[in-house]
Amino acid sequence: MVFDTQVQELKYQALKEVATLAWQDNLARGLLGSAARLIPGPQPTMRCCIYKERAIMEERLRMAMGGDPENDNVIEVIDIACDECPVAGIRVTESCRGCIAHRCMNACPKGAISIVNHRAVIDQEKCIECGRCVSACPYSAIVKSSRPCENACKVGAIHMDENKKASIDNQKCIACGACVYQCPFGAISDKSFILDCIDLIQKSENNQKYQVFAIVAPSISSQFHHATVEQVVSGLKALGFFNVVEVALGADMVAWREAQELAEKKFLTSSCCPAFVDYIRKSFPDMAQHISHNLSPMGEIAKYIKRIHPGCKVVFIGPCTAKKAERKQERVKDLVDCVLTFEELQALFDSKEIDLASLPGEALDNASYFGRVFARSGGLAVAVEEALKECGISPDEFTLNAISCNGITECKAALLRASKNVLPNNFIEGMACESGCIGGAGCITHGPKSKADVDKYGHEAMEKTIKDAIEILNF
Amino acid sequence: MMIQVCIGSSCHVKGSYEVKTIFENLIRENQLEEQITLRPAFCLGNCGEGVSVKIDGEPISGVTTENAADIFRQYVLKG
Repeated sequence: MVFDTQVQELKYQALKEVATLAWQDNLARGLLGSAARLIPGPQPTMRCCIYKERAIMEERLRMAMGGDPENDNVIEVIDIACDECPVAGIRVTESCRGCIAHRCMNACPKGAISIVNHRAVIDQEKCIECGRCVSACPYSAIVKSSRPCENACKVGAIHMDENKKASIDNQKCIACGACVYQCPFGAISDKSFILDCIDLIQKSENNQKYQVFAIVAPSISSQFHHATVEQVVSGLKALGFFNVVEVALGADMVAWREAQELAEKKFLTSSCCPAFVDYIRKSFPDMAQHISHNLSPMGEIAKYIKRIHPGCKVVFIGPCTAKKAERKQERVKDLVDCVLTFEELQALFDSKEIDLASLPGEALDNASYFGRVFARSGGLAVAVEEALKECGISPDEFTLNAISCNGITECKAALLRASKNVLPNNFIEGMACESGCIGGAGCITHGPKSKADVDKYGHEAMEKTIKDAIEILNF
Repeated sequence: MMIQVCIGSSCHVKGSYEVKTIFENLIRENQLEEQITLRPAFCLGNCGEGVSVKIDGEPISGVTTENAADIFRQYVLKG
């Protein structure tokens, strides 16, 4: 298996099925038998019966075709796949002393707590897991064990609805996809725009009507272990893309501008990670004024390509589910036409039976080391430090004191301190995913070697400085 | 007149920057700044040996630092 988990494999099967049918222009008819074909049975292997397994597969196919158009969020719960995790819930532990005050009972809005034999007992049928009894007990004798999805969501956007199904609060969700990767039942998924991508390629009529560019995030170097990055480029061209450009070159452009903006404003939070940016806007709105005004590397390189190739289309391919949300923003929607994850790219390759390992390689080498290491936590800060030096901004003018926040919990801590003016740093590099983009929810694999892969890829870049990488763009 | 120089990866590693610089210098030396527009492109659909260039839509592949000046004379200065 090329993926980390069987859940990814199931999602991949749905994506590949939809893509295969779309290439054959047979989606409407072909889909009728898809679920039964993918879940042949006769014995169930995952759920109570094959009919439920097939019903869930139908939902995965729906997500592969874009999900619920009424829901603005790119992350959705697949209700019937949610197992209502029985491991979670509110439990009374042995610490219950059977006190007389019964604060737990009084705090419960549903009358779910009674006292039996001098001990609190929770009626799980009535309990809505609001947690009021947990806070009320002076002995901390009542605990709430959270579900994997709730635990994964560090912004508190997931709770249970009255049917005990996971529910996402779109006002809080930053689309990082942590829940998508963590749910052991695959009950939360990112919507796929794989059909839009196929449509863009097909309607280009072999890039004659317009050219379709693939722009690829630098974390690609930690994916596709059975092939080289150069072979992936050939694979993308075999899919029908006109050419492939490194998003890392956009990262070089961002580092250069970020250095100048920093020297001018003296304090910034990074704008590369869309989930981090969204987190600031939603949870620290007062800090939003400090978000760098730069586009993300994706936006920056797409803007450049569209300028020199008017009328072309740009498809971003990366590790990130939040990029799908970023694309919807007013200032990005005309720059990037579609966003795919590496998981989806794997499905696309296989839907066309493209065997990467058998292809000759084609160069992908425009960006510098610094643009490429944006893919891992700490890389952006290193790049901005280099850009300050290369721009000739002297330490008297501005001295960088960056904090690299690895994961949303660290981002929260730094933002809290910054909002109270007690953060000693003048630049917050925020990455919502653990380890940075290489930990993204749309990655095929999340291995311990990912960081080393990215650094190695960085060192292989022909251009050694940010200036060298971006100088070619100015004519 | 429009000269496009490919800066896509395949050409970039073969010296797009040097070829672009040679053209820029020749345009300046011949005082053709008003007549000639020099533009980058991410692939001219003509990958091969050397750097890919288009002069008024005509594809020329295999441009190198060695032959760039000759090509400029041949196609632009027509001499």
